[in-house]
Amino acid sequence: MNEKLIVAPSPHLRSSSATWKVMLDVIIALIPAVIASCIIFGIRCLAIIAVSVLSAVVSEYLFELITKREKTVGDLSAVVTGLLLALNVPVSANIGNTLWQIAIGSAFAIVIVKMMFGGIGHNFANPAITARIFMLISFGKTMSPWTKAGTDILSGATPLTAETLPSLTDMLLGNYGGSMGETCTLALLIGGIYLIVKKIITWHTPVAYIGTVFVFTWVLSLCGYDINPVYQILAGGLMLGSIFMATDYSTSPRTKWGKVVFGVGAGIITVIIRVFANLPEGVSYAILIMNILTPYIDSFTYKVPFGGEKK
Amino acid sequence: MLAAVACCTAVGNQEVNVFTTKLGGIHVPHRKNTAAQVPVRIPIPSVVRISTQMHIGAPAIPTVKPMDKVCVGTLIADNPDKLCSPIYSSVSGTVKKIEEVGSAQRTSTFIVIESDGNMTPDEAIAPPIIESCDDFIAAVRKSGIVGLGGAGFPTYAKIRVPSGKIDTVVVNGAECEPYITSDTQTMQNEPEEVINGLKLLMKYIGIPRAVIGVEKNKPQCISALKNVIDTDAVTIKTLPSVYPQGGEKVLVYNTTGRIIGEGKLPLDAGVIVINCTTLAAISKYVKTGMPLVEKCVTVDGSAIAEPKNVIAPIGTPVSALCDFCGGFRSTPKKAFLGGPMMGMPITSFNEPIVKQTNAVVVLDEKEARIPSPTACIRCGKCYDTCPFGLMPFEIAKALELKKPEQLEKLKVNLCMECGCCSYVCPANRELVQQNKLAKSMLRDYQKEKGGAGK
Repeated sequence: MNEKLIVAPSPHLRSSSATWKVMLDVIIALIPAVIASCIIFGIRCLAIIAVSVLSAVVSEYLFELITKREKTVGDLSAVVTGLLLALNVPVSANIGNTLWQIAIGSAFAIVIVKMMFGGIGHNFANPAITARIFMLISFGKTMSPWTKAGTDILSGATPLTAETLPSLTDMLLGNYGGSMGETCTLALLIGGIYLIVKKIITWHTPVAYIGTVFVFTWVLSLCGYDINPVYQILAGGLMLGSIFMATDYSTSPRTKWGKVVFGVGAGIITVIIRVFANLPEGVSYAILIMNILTPYIDSFTYKVPFGGEKK
Repeated sequence: MLAAVACCTAVGNQEVNVFTTKLGGIHVPHRKNTAAQVPVRIPIPSVVRISTQMHIGAPAIPTVKPMDKVCVGTLIADNPDKLCSPIYSSVSGTVKKIEEVGSAQRTSTFIVIESDGNMTPDEAIAPPIIESCDDFIAAVRKSGIVGLGGAGFPTYAKIRVPSGKIDTVVVNGAECEPYITSDTQTMQNEPEEVINGLKLLMKYIGIPRAVIGVEKNKPQCISALKNVIDTDAVTIKTLPSVYPQGGEKVLVYNTTGRIIGEGKLPLDAGVIVINCTTLAAISKYVKTGMPLVEKCVTVDGSAIAEPKNVIAPIGTPVSALCDFCGGFRSTPKKAFLGGPMMGMPITSFNEPIVKQTNAVVVLDEKEARIPSPTACIRCGKCYDTCPFGLMPFEIAKALELKKPEQLEKLKVNLCMECGCCSYVCPANRELVQQNKLAKSMLRDYQKEKGGAGK
């Protein structure tokens, strides 16, 4: 009877959720895309993924060691960043170059974009997206010639710039050129549905994002532009970006309307870049720009709580 | 979530709901292990320690002194000039001492009574004569009844309302906290007492309608109540099994569609919210004249060997309740009065139960430890589950940055401290605790601002 009792604030019962479980679910949701990339672009995809993940985890650990902070690699968030960055990189002819470059890109994502802003939950820009842009600028040769599907490494164009389009079945299965994790729409959709069912993300951002790209390009095609809205939503990094990157917790809005605004905004920017700019792909830039606007989107979509008076 | 609050407009007491809003909440494990356990009476404790502060308001002042003889139902403390509920002896015997337990913030007074083992009722006890509204309110005050759902607000003060302002009584039979089944016992074993108490309240205060809200995980209570309701004025509303249905604003909204605004009381929405066990206690007092001296308490939790519903005199030490329930099956590590979502932790098993205690829950090592908090990942789960759509993660940030004006904007004062946010947080952050601290910071800020304006 004289046992010492723990006195702590209520509630004395907590759900079993944990940060690492959330991150593990994201990793599980990416497994179909990883498998698809290995089938489409060959087993060397695994080497790129391994280097990227390892670099992310090691740089987070080292940063925390040097700055004497609590070690957080156990929350698996660095694994998610490394994995996402790898899936955003094409398999190039020179695998050796890709490996050291992605190691740098991954370390950039963790140290510069995430840890220097305070670590998990504090960064305002998505680390994988920002690192992808960093790599596009720094290692253009590795990043731009999209690898064709199959074991032969030949540089080919992404369907967003190609003159002859692959069949729709190939588009769904990912049998065309592009970054290693972005081509297989089917695998990404399976992952997205898993995340929605597990309530890790909501449907708002992906649906608003993809829907906006479809509607906007459809309107443009009616205005005489030579673009196919179906290919626009299936090709490039749109599926990967809208499901896995635009839904990143700390860099996207929290309110449901905010998520819709984020998706619509990213969709418009993506189409503008794809159609009017001198770049084949706009998803990364669109998400980064919307990341910057997130605090404002949050504040103007803020809803007065139940019973609260408006001022 | 809060689908369309903006579309609900209040016209007098009549709500016009253009769209219905579904309030958030969480699915907590029910753990109602004792739902079928008919309450059993504990052996007469040798000593009871009765607190003089078992209600919201001013502490009662002892009217007895050491060596006084008391009986069951003898008045031992009161403070008639203040908001206070009288306190009666729960056993017959001798007042041993009046104990002051002090801490830096406040002192609590306990009246310690040694039982003679006879439980002799006080001679003066007789059913009250009630002929008017004032008689009824006086009787409820004399009964020593407070809000038995856990809040402990003196019931007489709650029902002392301007005439004609209230058109509906909302009876709280939600019992949404895990483990607790003491209200369930009242509703299924004494439904006629609940309904009788309700009818007395409606008759003397002049309230035409009543609705009883019961969570759908208690079908036995719903049918028991239905069997004894013989008037159209009283209806039963089946509530979803989503915590916290028993929260006052949630209950009023889900039973009547009315919204109690910021800083407003149920009275402003034309309702009185009263717990079902409180009503049964009023009914029993009116019949017998015996004030509130005992309480049905659910004793449960992973460390309790034989969970039970126990009827115990007020002031019985928690240790006696645990012993009566077979002691501990494993080392107890955490104990609290009330449910696990909002219950108050106790520091020692010597602490006595009070009027509004409805449960004693004792947890073992495994359940008592809560992992240390980690960084907020801004997942927004707290916001998604908050019944009122508050943003606990933003409130915590504003608190950390010491920005009371931001807290005002975030409406932290609406927080009812239900604990949904802390429950769901994957980073195990003490969000509801931070809300409480934020409220206190905002209170200081508003006081200062109000003072400067004068």
